[in-house]
Amino acid sequence: MTTARSDAAVGEEPAAPAKPAGPADRRERERLRRRAARRRGGGWWPYVFLAPWFAGLFGLTIYPMLDSLYLSFTDFDLLTPARWIGARNYTHMFSDDPVFWDSVHATLLYVAVSVPLKLALALGVALLLNRPLKGIGVYRAAFYLPSLLGGAVAVAIVWRQVFGGDGLFNDFLGWFGIKGQDWISSPDTSIYTLILLAVWQFGTPMVIFLAGLKQLPKDVYEAAAIDGAGTLTRFFRITLPLLTPIVFFNLVLQIIDGFKTFTPAYVVSNGTGGPLDSTMLYSLYLYKKGFTDLQMGYASALAWVLFLVIAGFTAVNFVASRYWVHYDD
Amino acid sequence: MSAITPSASPLQKLRSLGSVRSLPGPRRILLHTLLIGVALVMLYPLLWMLSSSLKPDTEIFTHPGLIPNELHPRNYSEGWSGSGNSFSLYITNSLIVTIGAVIGNVISCSLAAYAFARFEFRGKKIWFGLMLGTLMLPLQATLIPQYTIFYNLTWINTFLPLIVPKFLATDAFFIFLMVQFIRSIPRELDQAAMMDGANPLQIYVRIILPLMKPALVTTTIFTFIWTYDDFLSQLVYLQQNARFTVPLGLTLFLDKTSGSSYGAMFAMSTLALAPTLICFLVFQKRLVEGLATTGMKG
Repeated sequence: MTTARSDAAVGEEPAAPAKPAGPADRRERERLRRRAARRRGGGWWPYVFLAPWFAGLFGLTIYPMLDSLYLSFTDFDLLTPARWIGARNYTHMFSDDPVFWDSVHATLLYVAVSVPLKLALALGVALLLNRPLKGIGVYRAAFYLPSLLGGAVAVAIVWRQVFGGDGLFNDFLGWFGIKGQDWISSPDTSIYTLILLAVWQFGTPMVIFLAGLKQLPKDVYEAAAIDGAGTLTRFFRITLPLLTPIVFFNLVLQIIDGFKTFTPAYVVSNGTGGPLDSTMLYSLYLYKKGFTDLQMGYASALAWVLFLVIAGFTAVNFVASRYWVHYDD
Repeated sequence: MSAITPSASPLQKLRSLGSVRSLPGPRRILLHTLLIGVALVMLYPLLWMLSSSLKPDTEIFTHPGLIPNELHPRNYSEGWSGSGNSFSLYITNSLIVTIGAVIGNVISCSLAAYAFARFEFRGKKIWFGLMLGTLMLPLQATLIPQYTIFYNLTWINTFLPLIVPKFLATDAFFIFLMVQFIRSIPRELDQAAMMDGANPLQIYVRIILPLMKPALVTTTIFTFIWTYDDFLSQLVYLQQNARFTVPLGLTLFLDKTSGSSYGAMFAMSTLALAPTLICFLVFQKRLVEGLATTGMKG
């Protein structure tokens, strides 16, 4: 990602000097350059414009992060002052909190199954939509719409009814003579209804894939067509390699998103994470510990573990990307 | 992300139009059939919700078709007055929160973006990197200490914890979007204004803001939808029924689904999704483009 542009703006640096530059000239040039940079810097103006953001960064991000780190070593119920208990929150979490492990299990399963499915579907549909076809905008809209609704409570409510005992999904199975069950209240299947909801919302990565597909160089395909490469060959030898930066981008975002999922788990399980903790996604457990049980210290420890896990996954992703993501340059 | 430029240039659009050659007949029909099939699956749950909202409770689960035997609009009036408070209260509350958030995001994010896009200052790269870093930071990581801050300010059960952070540019996504946009505005305009004696604030108000209207519209739409749909922070900060927003009002139906309120629940769910749906239909193109530009979230 290109960030600050160290641009040499108009007329600040004298063009190539006519004479070979002596030390005095060089010093003079350096002085001029610095002055120009100061002028472009605008003195205290940038800080005026950034003042709200700075306030937010320090007051609502950095300070809370540090405070949260401190709280994670305390016993804190919000109403009485925090009491330092060392690493007890962490040792309890890892050694004797079965619900914590249930939530880790549910979340890892959720991310590991939903993200690949979602990305595969998004790429597949993007490939279909990348064809010259009338009414493509309508399809694109129809596929994107569910994702736009995102974590809306109304969607989660509908999902809960669709996969309930006498819901839509069982009617659908009935057409094929399959006898359904209550998918929501069975601990073996409830998490898969949430996964299906996530997969249903494949529109965001799809739109990003589509934007990427539009930028692929046409001449490579023409050359490949002349060489007689078939559809599959073209996909695996050209499209997929050229698209790896976008696959990577989508992968990182979707994994982070997956770890943060809260609303559907809350609504579908009525805030319990049940049945048998099968839908106890990590964020839901964190919420329950902090705001239902008022164990703010413990919840802070959970939050820090989540933060480290997400950062870890993202870092591993970036390192691994060296081996499979191809950039032009 | 680097390969994607903000809003396709007219030239690009022309080129992509030019490439629309129709496929040969049978393949085209096959493709359409496939796409219509997928589209139906995608939209079916939403249509089902709409149709259920118009069915009498007894029919919702016994009569699975999309067309109700008889229309039952009473669900809407029952749901509206239904859960604890009237739904008009929840909608008013949601409006206050979303409008406050939109104003906050538009002002604070554009200010920060202007600074990042147009000035050199000490540590700019580091600050910019931090800004992008906060994009990845999960809400959950700061939720508890933020809650204690707002608790100490006695802001719990008010809309302030949902609105004030937006005035402090906490949605880095939009800063990033706007930085990208401002970079596409020619610097010569700023410089000409500077020659005329305008200071940076005047340049921001008179030149940058009017020119970045498309980015501001994208920000407005997405902030509206995401704030309106947001559940976790509203659930945490609003605890009294009288302060509830639409998503919280909806969850009240879940507590009493044992009775015969399914129709009302679907009716209010439909209503709750209506603003997002309308936004989507009106701004469909811009939403999809705005997303493809930077491609985050959702």
